[in-house]
Amino acid sequence: MTAVSQTVPLSRTSVQGDTVPMVSIRGVGKSFGTNEVLRDIDLTVNKSEVVCLIGPSGSGKSTLLRCINFLEVYDRGEIRIEGRLVGYSEDTPRRRLSNRDLRSLRRNVGMVFQQFNLWPHMTALENVAEALVQVRGMDKAAATSHARRMLDRVGLAAKADSYPARLSGGQQQRVAIARVIAMEPHLMLFDEPTSALDPELVGEVLQVMRDLAADGMTMVVVTHEMGFAANVADKVAFLDRGRIAAFGTPREVFHESTEPRVQQFLQTYHERNSF
Amino acid sequence: MLDLSLLVQYGPALLRGFGVTILCWGAGCLIGMVLGFALMLLRQLPVKPLRWVIRAYIEVIRGTPFLIQLFLLYSGGPSIGLRLEATTAGILGLGIYGSAYFAEIFRAGYQAVPKGQVEAALSLGMSYGSILRRVIVPAMLVSTIPAIVNMMAILTKETVVLSIITVPELMYEMQTMAAETFATFETILGMALFYWLLVEVVSRLGRRLEARVTRFLTHASPQGSSSETATARA
Repeated sequence: MTAVSQTVPLSRTSVQGDTVPMVSIRGVGKSFGTNEVLRDIDLTVNKSEVVCLIGPSGSGKSTLLRCINFLEVYDRGEIRIEGRLVGYSEDTPRRRLSNRDLRSLRRNVGMVFQQFNLWPHMTALENVAEALVQVRGMDKAAATSHARRMLDRVGLAAKADSYPARLSGGQQQRVAIARVIAMEPHLMLFDEPTSALDPELVGEVLQVMRDLAADGMTMVVVTHEMGFAANVADKVAFLDRGRIAAFGTPREVFHESTEPRVQQFLQTYHERNSF
Repeated sequence: MLDLSLLVQYGPALLRGFGVTILCWGAGCLIGMVLGFALMLLRQLPVKPLRWVIRAYIEVIRGTPFLIQLFLLYSGGPSIGLRLEATTAGILGLGIYGSAYFAEIFRAGYQAVPKGQVEAALSLGMSYGSILRRVIVPAMLVSTIPAIVNMMAILTKETVVLSIITVPELMYEMQTMAAETFATFETILGMALFYWLLVEVVSRLGRRLEARVTRFLTHASPQGSSSETATARA
């Protein structure tokens, strides 16, 4: 402990003590053919932190996010969640994890998608209860009552028996969030959760995400909602052409960064949002 | 003169034949679908030789007349030690014939399952078996029911070919009737009625089934039925 107290912390979250970071990304790279979409990414997400990934489209934000739960395969470097190497075996380099090991890793990592991806043939309640039965092995009655509480938590108890086609985009996304938090994940990944929503529905989803952050959920959020990033995030990473071009607190990135690409991106954003 | 009383006189035999037709058709469809689904799944495995073999199987079955396949199975079978009773051979033949088409229908359905729905299940830690059962197959039902019903309707009419290997189904009984009475027109008319009846029942049940599996889509996006996936007969 003395060693820690003697160093001058660069920022408050760089003091880690002896805890393992929730997500640790080291030198990660990925190519689609000759197109290098991620280059030498380093990023650490500590427990209970909210990290927003921002940047122009095609900068690799979503790809990076999808590498964290191995929906996308990364080619170089390593990603660890709570110390466990994602997607590859610890002993044999570059040997893929078995499906069983991958599943046990993914159980603790929830993901919310831009297109909600609810299962259309199941009601809201069934959507939330499904993985509780299939993955956590709960019996149907217990899963259903747990699922009901989760829907209540996102303010949708009244819609439990509705099919997704009967719900608005904002409601569908909240069901998708309930489906994830029902599994009690250690980490949640959000892939542009509000980008497919009508503007008037964005607020309700962001509110649920704010509540989660306030409850101490560790979150990595790819977003174009600069307001959310500025107000809720502990850290913001600005990606450009597969690299992290700027990283720091929202203040550091939005107001103090001298990186021209960040400046340009924010200016475009402001122009588009003023009329 | 048209003598419809013949149809009454031969009624019991015709009904028995109709029963055999329905049995062969039902069992053939079932075998065809199970086999077709299995072929579709095996085709998803990343094993190239297996894919080629399955593709060749589908091409051969679709590219040759059912009559020839049936002869090969029934008359050619014994020369490789496969001795089948006529009805068994008929059912198996229909099943094999149907499997190639069903495999293609299911493949189209499998590919049409929105990737995001599978990714959502993966990200929750669901196993492939669970995802197949709980996500993929229900989604496939929606997109493939019209094509499945279409194929089943086609197979009702393929059953007539079984008469050639002496399966005592409707066509066979009708030919007997025609041979004994020389009432060709009545025979053909009666036969057309029976098959029309069967196809009508099949398509009505199909429409009901379609309504049943798509009921959750009421007021929904353009995800619904796609009868274009119906694979036309080669």
